[in-house]
Amino acid sequence: MGGYILRRLLQAIPVFFGTTFLIYFMVFAMPGDPIIAMFGDKTPNPALVAQLRAQYHLDQPFIVQYFIYIGGIFRGDFGISYSGVPVGDILLRTFPVTLKLAVIALFFETVFGILVGLISGLRKGKLFDASSLVISLILISLPIFVIAFVGQYVFGVQLGWARTTVGPGAPVGDLILPALVLASISFAQIVRLTRSSVIETSSLDFVRTAYSKGLSRNRIVPVHILRNSLIPVVTYLATDFGVLLVGATVTEGIFNVPGVGNTLYQAIIRSEGPTVVSFVTVMVLLYLVVNLIVDLLYGLLDPRIRYVK
Amino acid sequence: MSSTMSAPSSAGRADDRVPLLQINNLQVGFQTQTGVVPAVRGASLSLHAGETLAIVGESGSGKSTTAHAIINLLPGSGKVTGGEILFEGRDLTKISEKEMQQIRGKLIGFVPQDPMANLNPVWSVGFQVQEAIKANGIATGRADVKKHAIQVLKEAGLADADKRLKQFPHQFSGGMRQRVLIGIGLSSRPKLLIADEPTSALDVTVQRTILDNLEKLTREIGTALLFITHDLGLAAERAEHLVVMYKGQVVESGPSREILANPLHPYTQRLVAAAPSLASRRIQSSVHRLAELDYSATDVTEGLDLIETAEVRAEAAAAASKREDAIVVKDLTKVYKIRGNKEAFTAVDNVSFSIQRGTTMALVGESGSGKSTVAKMLLRLEDATEGQILINGTDTAPLKGRALLDLRRKMQPVFQDPYGSLDPLRNIGNTISEPLNTHKVGDKKSRRERVYELLEQVSLPNALASRYPGELSGGQRQRVAIARALALKPEIVILDEAVSALDVLVQAQILQLLSDLQTELDLTYLFITHDLAVVRVIADHVTVMQRGKIVERATTDEVFDNPQMDYTKELLNAIPGAGIALRV
Repeated sequence: MGGYILRRLLQAIPVFFGTTFLIYFMVFAMPGDPIIAMFGDKTPNPALVAQLRAQYHLDQPFIVQYFIYIGGIFRGDFGISYSGVPVGDILLRTFPVTLKLAVIALFFETVFGILVGLISGLRKGKLFDASSLVISLILISLPIFVIAFVGQYVFGVQLGWARTTVGPGAPVGDLILPALVLASISFAQIVRLTRSSVIETSSLDFVRTAYSKGLSRNRIVPVHILRNSLIPVVTYLATDFGVLLVGATVTEGIFNVPGVGNTLYQAIIRSEGPTVVSFVTVMVLLYLVVNLIVDLLYGLLDPRIRYVK
Repeated sequence: MSSTMSAPSSAGRADDRVPLLQINNLQVGFQTQTGVVPAVRGASLSLHAGETLAIVGESGSGKSTTAHAIINLLPGSGKVTGGEILFEGRDLTKISEKEMQQIRGKLIGFVPQDPMANLNPVWSVGFQVQEAIKANGIATGRADVKKHAIQVLKEAGLADADKRLKQFPHQFSGGMRQRVLIGIGLSSRPKLLIADEPTSALDVTVQRTILDNLEKLTREIGTALLFITHDLGLAAERAEHLVVMYKGQVVESGPSREILANPLHPYTQRLVAAAPSLASRRIQSSVHRLAELDYSATDVTEGLDLIETAEVRAEAAAAASKREDAIVVKDLTKVYKIRGNKEAFTAVDNVSFSIQRGTTMALVGESGSGKSTVAKMLLRLEDATEGQILINGTDTAPLKGRALLDLRRKMQPVFQDPYGSLDPLRNIGNTISEPLNTHKVGDKKSRRERVYELLEQVSLPNALASRYPGELSGGQRQRVAIARALALKPEIVILDEAVSALDVLVQAQILQLLSDLQTELDLTYLFITHDLAVVRVIADHVTVMQRGKIVERATTDEVFDNPQMDYTKELLNAIPGAGIALRV
């Protein structure tokens, strides 16, 4: 087990170098000169341009820039954004906000998705099942910005239950509405996934055997049906948590959430190499860790999966 | 018989006694989009306390459905639509789910068919046994429940139960899992145990030990046993009374020996004639040839008979002159490296044999004996670690590209599972012509003709070419698999448990077909099986494997008449029905 975790963490090293290099290269290869773009419509002052280039090491060859950047990371220095703020500070400011948003969204989609999916699966073909299928289909088909605007209008403007935009410091209360919007599509997916998984498990032989042992339905559903049905759902939740952490550009934009998605989007537009690469790198590492946790969780859910030392 | 009478109090056989279980005119139907499809149409049977009754029939005969109806565990849309099931005088079709829950496990135990699928893979074995014990109130308190679980498993034949409680089902072999399920079924000392084909997924030798143990346990506890099987020989050997079901109806019932000796219904007569376990024994004692036989006839004297097949074989073999070897295997060894284990596993250990052209060699052994690995190496699906395989005198190991393709053309496999070996999304015509396309034989038109010719050879109608595997029965699918194997006009066919998954009647048909095809096309068969019963009717030579090694090699007659090794004797004894006197 310990050996397995160590091996997985060691695997993260080549992934780290690979992704940082690729992203850095792609930002470098983007058309347009970020320094010239800073001046907008004004005529750039050649001396100032040269100074800025030197400051951001843009006068060096690509490979040198990359190693200067990587060297900085190992000293805890993620570089300076073009607006003059250390990237490390931006990371520290935005990631907690997105993490909060992601955890709230994950909580809603997991609890309600599995609950609705389980009931649907157990009552296949009944009214509850039919309605949950229709509702989940609608949620899946709608683009997220539509759900976001509708939610903002109904709950924020008409009913006044929530604030339409997230206030400074991103308090948890303000994040609930955007989190619900963010969770809606995944919720629908989890409902469908849980439902089909429950239906499949219910028809398996060992469930019939469990009944033949004289067990009650109240015991069989959680012990023999739900637990076995959760394995594919956990896979989905893992990838989804990764997606949520990466930030939801559209939702964060609509609700003005000062999170990762919003910030990264701005950085990409401005070709800010250090910012983009730092954000993506942190995301990749987070993704790796989440995946590792999920793989370990599998072993707990399904004893057939055991990790060889 | 009145349903209001109380349960019998004393043992001892008396016909006026109220039976423990009495089924009267049971009707079971499955709701489909086109209406209710009846699965059981008026089945009746009765079973007294402490007795053993076997329901025999092919798949789809309604035997399992009848058993499931007793404890109200019909799959999907199944429903009892008429009749009554009286258990100790109570009609089980009329009681509530809550009352049924009290009966299941506690009064009526159940042992399912497939041990691989009937234990929940995510819970430990101990948990699943203890859960049953707790639910039925057999023991309370952690330590007590655990003690009881260990005792139950020990009785069921798991000697080291206390050490294995924490293990999971995947760490158990099929036989061990079935023991666990039997332990669960008997854990609350039920009055009735329903065993639904409890050993058909297991090796014959394992089957025998498990059934012996089941028999002993039920006798000790005094549990009545309702035993469901498709094998008449097995049923007759294990049960005092037989009920033969066919298309949802009981066609014959009575004491086992009587039915076997004097089957009255044509279907039962066909079952008796087709059961390989019985046929292989009768071959030994039969001296005179039977009349020309035809499977479709209802009269047994004209029906399909495996004895006939075997006799024709034997005569043909005697008449033939010395033939050259089609397959020669020399010192074949296969070693697998096991992950996380320094010691390698030798699946096939120094195996040598040869098969003459136009003859059949049966490779017999239990699961894990390495027989399928030999087949894989012959087919070049696996590479041998050591040793040599000569096909028509050519060493196959160095063959590559074109030459390997030519080898594959000469040698075709048929596998065990006719459900798994056909692509469900490809119609039968395309399935059969696929090898022709791969090997670029003929054009579109000639391939189509060849498909029809092959369908005819395996006795299937041409119209089947446009159908899909899902619409075919197991026997038809296996015929398709054989047709596909014959498409390239191979010289050698490797049959890996090709009839093991089929019902006895279908099994007999396929064996007959294989035998006819061999005579017609001069095919060489390597026939791999765990069941010695079918060997007698198909094979000229028998090679017995145990733990990767060959333990006995002789002609079929020698092996059956005078087995040399203990292991071979054990396999022979394990053939169901071995202890039954037969009218020959």
